[in-house]
Amino acid sequence: MRYRAFLAALLAFGVLFLVNRELGMEALDITTFSLKEMLMVIPPIFVLLGLLDMWVPRETMVRYMGEESGFKGVLLAFLIGSAAAGPLYGAFPVAAVFMKKGVKFSNILIFIGAWSTTKIPLLIFEMTSLGLQFALTRLLVNIPGIILIAMLLSSFLSKKELDTIYASAEQLNMG
Amino acid sequence: MNIALYSATFLALGASFLKDRGKTKKALKKAWKAFENILPELLVVILLVGFVLAVVDHAMISRVIGESSGWLGVLFAAIIGSITLIPGFVAFPTAAMLVQGGAGLMQIGAFVSALMMVGIVTMPVEIKYFGKKATVLRNLFAFLFTFIVAMVIGWVVA
Repeated sequence: MRYRAFLAALLAFGVLFLVNRELGMEALDITTFSLKEMLMVIPPIFVLLGLLDMWVPRETMVRYMGEESGFKGVLLAFLIGSAAAGPLYGAFPVAAVFMKKGVKFSNILIFIGAWSTTKIPLLIFEMTSLGLQFALTRLLVNIPGIILIAMLLSSFLSKKELDTIYASAEQLNMG
Repeated sequence: MNIALYSATFLALGASFLKDRGKTKKALKKAWKAFENILPELLVVILLVGFVLAVVDHAMISRVIGESSGWLGVLFAAIIGSITLIPGFVAFPTAAMLVQGGAGLMQIGAFVSALMMVGIVTMPVEIKYFGKKATVLRNLFAFLFTFIVAMVIGWVVA
């Protein structure tokens, strides 16, 4: 059953309510908030992905972000990730379509890294909350960090393991 | 930000529809299929986030990751950041609040970094797309990297 873990989580919520009603209510409030966030951001992402899948040919994506794309691919991965909106789990379906279209694995990881830490609207927010110096320092450390993690992770996975990941991503998006 | 995202989506959808109705319909079908595929995991993540955030206590965190807590505080901050998943627009005010409550900047650096790059509760979703090995390694590397971020922030800012 696909929704087994969901039911287990619901059960945990029930237990929390029984043990501490106040905490249960708070958990429910936060969940409602996240659910709203998800419903705001996720549908357009998936619609854009569907369109990308239909209209952008694999060859184009390979040329710009594939194995031979070099610096151009890295830059594009950073830009697309930084311009994104929404929580990290929104990046994974995008990654799956990228895999299907033949984007290089390290570029996909850079995209994920950028999505998680160098999003432009969030940076502005970070500057106002924690100060310019803090935000800029973190950004300057994170950009090489994202590339480093992408390269390290790529080197830890064999060609065969990558093929498996790419194959299963294709299945996830298709029907 | 949402307005920009929605406008872009509607523009793209409109252009696609004008060009080819059949293809647009197929694109929407694919979008739904891809969404439905990941829905159970997404729902689990959302419930877990609510659960974890309700149980974690802000005042206690400020104390444990205080300015004099050193590397142990950094470690603790990184662990809390890894487990919790807070939307960015909540995360930064929360971080600022923690700093006012006495948390050290170095520790907050680790907290913010882990918050963004490491996702324990989102792992079920990530595994579905990247498999177990890649997911565990990515989160592990990102976790270790938060210490470098904390170190540099300790030098430069604190």
